[in-house]
Amino acid sequence: MKIKRFFKTILMIDFITGLLIAIKESFRQKKTINYPFEKGSVSPRARGEHALRRYPNGEERCIACKLCEAVCPAQAITIESQERSDGSRKTTRYDIDMLKCIYCGLCEQSCPVDAIVQGPNFEFATETREELYYNKEKLLENGDRWESILAANINADSSHR
Amino acid sequence: MPEYASILFSEVLKILMLLIPVLVSVAMIVWLDRRVWAFVQKRRGPNVVGPFGLLQSLADALKYIFKEIIIPASSNKVIFILAPIITMTLALISWAVIPFSEDFVLADINVGILYLFAVSSLGVYGIIMGGWASNSKYPFLGAIRSAAQMVSYEVSIGIIIINVLLCVGSLNLSDIVKAQENVWYIIPLFPMFVIFFISALAETNRPPFDLPEAEAELVAGYQTEYSGMMYAMFWLGEYANILLMCALGSILFLGGWLTPIDIFPFNVIPSPIWLILKILLLFILFALVKAIVPRYRYDQLMRLGWKVFLPLSLTWVVLTAGYLMYFDLLPVN
Repeated sequence: MKIKRFFKTILMIDFITGLLIAIKESFRQKKTINYPFEKGSVSPRARGEHALRRYPNGEERCIACKLCEAVCPAQAITIESQERSDGSRKTTRYDIDMLKCIYCGLCEQSCPVDAIVQGPNFEFATETREELYYNKEKLLENGDRWESILAANINADSSHR
Repeated sequence: MPEYASILFSEVLKILMLLIPVLVSVAMIVWLDRRVWAFVQKRRGPNVVGPFGLLQSLADALKYIFKEIIIPASSNKVIFILAPIITMTLALISWAVIPFSEDFVLADINVGILYLFAVSSLGVYGIIMGGWASNSKYPFLGAIRSAAQMVSYEVSIGIIIINVLLCVGSLNLSDIVKAQENVWYIIPLFPMFVIFFISALAETNRPPFDLPEAEAELVAGYQTEYSGMMYAMFWLGEYANILLMCALGSILFLGGWLTPIDIFPFNVIPSPIWLILKILLLFILFALVKAIVPRYRYDQLMRLGWKVFLPLSLTWVVLTAGYLMYFDLLPVN
């Protein structure tokens, strides 16, 4: 046994095997992607940046029930509401502190009208903290921008809801 | 123009003609190193800046230039600043004696290999000075390790060189290459080539012998306190040293600028290209080793140097000398 090991060391068998494996593996398909130019797939359930959705006629979905505010474990959501002239209850303020948010998805689950959702966008880094204090305007704008994908994602997941 | 000025001018021009390609190739070699490393790990490596990411090192250098150089308040400032300068200077002046072809060598001195060996031994000073002047525990420990390691492996490299010199009978690097016209020394001295390669890894602080900068235990060793361009100079010096060791390996064992076979498609390729190809081959081996081998423990490193390589290479010197004496093959000058 000792002699076998001696020759194995002297002839560097393990090293040469490793070298050959390394050379072989280096020509295999890469496991990484060219990130900013090429992106991995995002699940329809991905919990990314928040968005407030609208009905197709342009009316906001949110009814200011404040379930999301209540359920939010990080207390990142702040809602204020008022009766509108037509008698419906709407939000006057809907803020999410994206720095407090832990992206747990409870707001999305608790929403009875699918108003607040978390979309597939995960690239919303900013240069200042202030830009990450989202208000209603910003959230509605997100909803308008991502609506087609958001609707498709909700539809794709509908059988599990 | 007075005569001395024209001599000075032509000499400086010659030096620049060697130095600038060396510096550019050092930058390229850093890219190659990272790329090979990434390929073995199935990553892509730097591939954004320039074609195939070739200009990555340039971008890095630019970043280092614009970064602030922080000199610790408690450091010995003169030595602290001097250390990276010495490392880089010593790594670059050794290139003076490397012969790229029959008549393309900056200084064709008759003790070329001795000069090379002396200068590469001095390289340890840059590291010790850096570690000492930083006045901090990690750099100091890294510098001590590095000094011990480089001194130990220099001994075995020296004895391996004696093997080659016994066969050549000259200390001139061009003569060493010319002596390999019939057979490259890698064939008769193959075990010595392997030991030389491993010692060169240790000598240049490359993985698996990168103990001086073992990031898991010593942060970054002697480079811990360095930042900006001073760090970049250490880094350049290190890679210039690696390139030099590859060049030395290809001159001692792989026949320097000689073609592998003296037939048509090979012997029209100019000789410097052959030397560069051999250096590249050795460097890719360096990079592959970095990718596949785990780091040595310090006591294992010392054991390998003193108790394995030293006796082995010494025995081989006796064998070579005995063989040459017995068959009356000693070179006559």
